[in-house]
Amino acid sequence: MTKTAERPRPLKEKKNKNKWNSKNQWKGWLYLLPALVLLAVFTLWPIINTIRISFMVTADGSGYSYALDMRHVPFHFGFDNYAKVAAYGDFLNCLKNTLLLTVITVPISTMLALLIAVGLNSIKFLKKIFQTIFFLPYVTNSIAIGMVFMAMFTMIGVTPGMEPESIGIINKIIEAFGGQRIDWVNQQSSEAANMFVLCTYIVWNALPFKILVLLGGLQNVDKQYYDAAKVDGASRWRVFWRVTVPLLSPMIAYVVITGFIGGFKEYSSVVGIFGDSMGPITHDYRWDTMVGFIVRNIDLYQGRASAAAIILFLIIFAVTMVNMYVSKKRVHY
Amino acid sequence: MMNLLARSAMGQGGVTAAIILAVVAVLLVIGCVVLCCLFFDKHAVSHFFAQFGIYIFLAVVAVAVLFPFYWMLISSVKTVEEYNAYSPTLWPQKFYWENYASVFAGDIDLGGMFLDTLLVGVVSTVLSLVVTVLSAYAFARLEFKGKNIIFALMLATMMIPGELFTITNYITASGLGWVSQSQHPDVAERFGTFCGLVIPFLVSVFYIYLLRQNFMQIPNELYLAAKVDGTSDLKYLWKVMIPLSAPTLISITLLKMMGAWNSYVWPNLIAGEAWTLVTVGLRSGNFNVPGSENLVNYPMQMAAVVLVTLPLLIIFIFCRKYIMRGVSRSGIKG
Repeated sequence: MTKTAERPRPLKEKKNKNKWNSKNQWKGWLYLLPALVLLAVFTLWPIINTIRISFMVTADGSGYSYALDMRHVPFHFGFDNYAKVAAYGDFLNCLKNTLLLTVITVPISTMLALLIAVGLNSIKFLKKIFQTIFFLPYVTNSIAIGMVFMAMFTMIGVTPGMEPESIGIINKIIEAFGGQRIDWVNQQSSEAANMFVLCTYIVWNALPFKILVLLGGLQNVDKQYYDAAKVDGASRWRVFWRVTVPLLSPMIAYVVITGFIGGFKEYSSVVGIFGDSMGPITHDYRWDTMVGFIVRNIDLYQGRASAAAIILFLIIFAVTMVNMYVSKKRVHY
Repeated sequence: MMNLLARSAMGQGGVTAAIILAVVAVLLVIGCVVLCCLFFDKHAVSHFFAQFGIYIFLAVVAVAVLFPFYWMLISSVKTVEEYNAYSPTLWPQKFYWENYASVFAGDIDLGGMFLDTLLVGVVSTVLSLVVTVLSAYAFARLEFKGKNIIFALMLATMMIPGELFTITNYITASGLGWVSQSQHPDVAERFGTFCGLVIPFLVSVFYIYLLRQNFMQIPNELYLAAKVDGTSDLKYLWKVMIPLSAPTLISITLLKMMGAWNSYVWPNLIAGEAWTLVTVGLRSGNFNVPGSENLVNYPMQMAAVVLVTLPLLIIFIFCRKYIMRGVSRSGIKG
């Protein structure tokens, strides 16, 4: 304790504080009780238990499962769950898909959202209407609209060697431009075609939040900077890169970080488009993701699912740290 | 080109004509924007063209954003024959409203799903509000030892992805009998599953944080004055804090309801046949043409999608302010 800390405080304040203190000690905990009990059971315990069971294996090397636990099969400490997950071909596919989708969609949606936000910020007439329209995807059910995207891209009544019954509106537009129709999501579809559909949908879904945050940031930017740039005769392009982007950099960093976190947890967009099989017919699980892997293993192989969840957490944690480090260096203030 | 013209002459080319127009417009505008940016930067003329360019850019994006909604709406009133025609039509030839009737009858019991989802949504929202208000009040107004440590720990849990909790919560729910197993669940099983759908997600650390920030803005003097008058904490909370924080509470309510409406992973895991929430029912529903294995009745499916999507859109249009404010602070959906 330093001397300054011991300096007597004004009498009145101290007295007051003590009075409320003694009276409300138990009251504070009482008010918190429901939340604390629920958090202990459904948040704190899961953290401990998920780490625990990810390291539990039986004598014959199979991982933890609730069913085995119920039969009192003994478990011991081991890394078999992790080894199994890493060796599992499906998991590597999930990891690859998740990484690909994230790395492609985050930069695209961020750039697009930035352009839209800058555009919105520089108009007055119709601004509110545009803002509302751009926010609409956010308030929709991502599974439901995924089904609409599927309906727009899919061909109906596909039989090899014959004209399909219907080619879908997107292919119709392509043909109207004189292009060749593409098998986007049906049996013969290529990975690239599937990827295009998925990325389009994910970007469509990710835009509203990013626009909202970036526009909020833009509205707080002091107009003086733009006036100064105008006086200096800077071009629009230069103003964008030298004034807008640096001033917005904290918001951009925030949007990129949350985008990466959301990207690694991608699941419902894929389910929305392809259904539970997470891939075109005859290519089940082609677009399975990390969360997909966890969800599919939850009911039978909890050990494996836990190991995958811990790996997912570590990846998200690492990527967030890298993002924070980069943005600390690059963020303007 | 001849091919295109021939088609539009045949009357099928409404699409084509619209598209050609759109392309011409877009090209024109891109040209304008490039021209302005490069040559006329500092002039009033350039400002006008730049504004024009921005409007066109925004309009193009708006069309891209709205198109799926438009497609969903018009598809939902087409007949299967029209929908499955080789060239999709941009406007239904005949409004076939029976699609909407058919999703309430037969396999897809959308009405029942709506009721189930509403019940889960309303109960979980109300209980969650109670828990959130009490905790936020404790953090914002009451003084007790360890308050700051608990608050910091709670905030720290927000960094962990929810999937990590799901695994153990599934085990816990199984142990408590909250996971529906049977094909024809009885009342007890339905109640158990209902608890499973509601209870694990009652506490949202983010909402507590949001409301605490709001409560902190209410001046302490009001509290002291109320204390002098002999008002109890609960009465003060109910009569002063809650009315003053109504906007935040509305935001929380709306986001929570949206969350219940959109939840998929957890209900899909535990609810089985006991409760069918809309999103799960929609995805797993059998929309096939009667008697067909893999021919999907898309118009009927789209009608169901419209009915699931529309309530949220309507709520959004009326409560835009609250939803956007809540979202801009969170970055989470539900």
